[in-house]
Amino acid sequence: MESLTGKRKIIESKPLNFWERIYLPAILRGLSITIKHFFRKDVTVRYPEQKREFSENFRGMHSLKRDEHGRERCTACGLCALSCPAEAITMISAERKPGEENLYREEKYAAVYEINMLRCIFCGLCEEACPKEAIYLDGDIVPADYLRKDFIYGKDKLVEAPLNQ
Amino acid sequence: MGTTDILIKFALIVIIFLVSLLIAMYSTYAERKIAAFLQDRVGPNRAGPFGILQPLADGAKMFMKEEIIPTTSNGFLFIVGPSLAIMTACIGSAVIPWGETLVIGGHRIPLQVTDINVGVLYIFGVVSLGVYGIMIGGWASNNKYSLLGAIRAASQNISYEIAMGLSIIALLMTTGTLSLKEIAAQQHGWHWNIVYQPLGFLIFIVCAFAETNRAPFDLPECETELIGGYHTEYSSMKLGFYLFAEYINMFISSAVMATLYFGGYNFPYMHHLGLAENWVTILGVVALFIKIFFFIFFFMWVRWTLPRFRYDQLMDLGWKTLIPLAIANIVITGIVMTFIK
Repeated sequence: MESLTGKRKIIESKPLNFWERIYLPAILRGLSITIKHFFRKDVTVRYPEQKREFSENFRGMHSLKRDEHGRERCTACGLCALSCPAEAITMISAERKPGEENLYREEKYAAVYEINMLRCIFCGLCEEACPKEAIYLDGDIVPADYLRKDFIYGKDKLVEAPLNQ
Repeated sequence: MGTTDILIKFALIVIIFLVSLLIAMYSTYAERKIAAFLQDRVGPNRAGPFGILQPLADGAKMFMKEEIIPTTSNGFLFIVGPSLAIMTACIGSAVIPWGETLVIGGHRIPLQVTDINVGVLYIFGVVSLGVYGIMIGGWASNNKYSLLGAIRAASQNISYEIAMGLSIIALLMTTGTLSLKEIAAQQHGWHWNIVYQPLGFLIFIVCAFAETNRAPFDLPECETELIGGYHTEYSSMKLGFYLFAEYINMFISSAVMATLYFGGYNFPYMHHLGLAENWVTILGVVALFIKIFFFIFFFMWVRWTLPRFRYDQLMDLGWKTLIPLAIANIVITGIVMTFIK
């Protein structure tokens, strides 16, 4: 059959010659390879003390942003939940009451906003779908926990700290 | 034999016992560190500086763990198995000459527990008893995978025992004695047996790997095929004893290899340095331990280089390659000795 990529290699299996059959040269070569690694510098990162730097476009934990006056940007439009392929985002919207103008940017806001971190695949589609630039995956790695329920992150964990703090 | 002599022997036995336990303990640490270095990692570094307290932590963990004895197992043999394994591993050290003689307060103390004139045979006898621990443990577990592992261990040890015995015969032909003390003394200076018996040493070291159940011949324990091997049913310190026995075996066989082929406590120019007798002896002990540590390192080095053999390949190598080679080595040695001497 004609090879599509032109990269096909025909493997020839010749019978082993004498030196290959007694294995010892091959074993010695293997030993020399491993001993070279003995003196090489380790490539590991000593994690709790030393953290590896992430790349610029690393996608970590989500955060819900505030605008320049410290108001929540999210208007609970639901586009992030709709775009989420893992269906990790749920939200309940509410109407802004008089006197809450300093808390929420528009009339509608998310009363409950939950992301199930066990479902999330960190694809970043919510980030892309958001018309209000309210959600970004710019956080750290999601920390480990013991119970499944603790992986459902509410607004207490997702919303950015207020500006005046 | 006076009381002092008995006390001296007793002290020597205790020291050698403690040293082998200590070395076995730190072999576990060394193995993990060497594995890490060969794989560009760091290895254990939490307990103490550089993790040197790791063996103590491991030991404490082993003792604290829940001990499970399966209800269908043979209770007595289940306990005897690991005890036998560790006991046979320890008693091999009795005939190894650890050094020349120390002179303390007018007493000449040979650094060897006992110099029996069949030392090599004694070592072989003890080493082959080691398989009983594995065999009994595997059988008493009443688990087919353990039994399979134990059978593999037994047949492997028997097969390689033969090649090992044959490889040593050529050595005994040149040395003319079975006493390890004399064999060590004959290799004074640079007359190491490795020079005269390179093929014999090669066969011996391959068999030693198989005898100590070390990689690439660690077939009695095989996670994928046997869920672990002969020690599948063992937990806590009884498992610890099995693993410990392996490390003691490694230490003893390294000592035997160093003594038989690499001059034991001899080092070049040892009697031309003009040192006092005690200092020469102490340096000799250091030289022996350097050789032993090199072999222990070599055991680990090979373990992290070569993959495990398939069972039929193991048997092929033992019966079809090593035994004929060992016999050929005997014949060649005989011819050379007849025509050159």
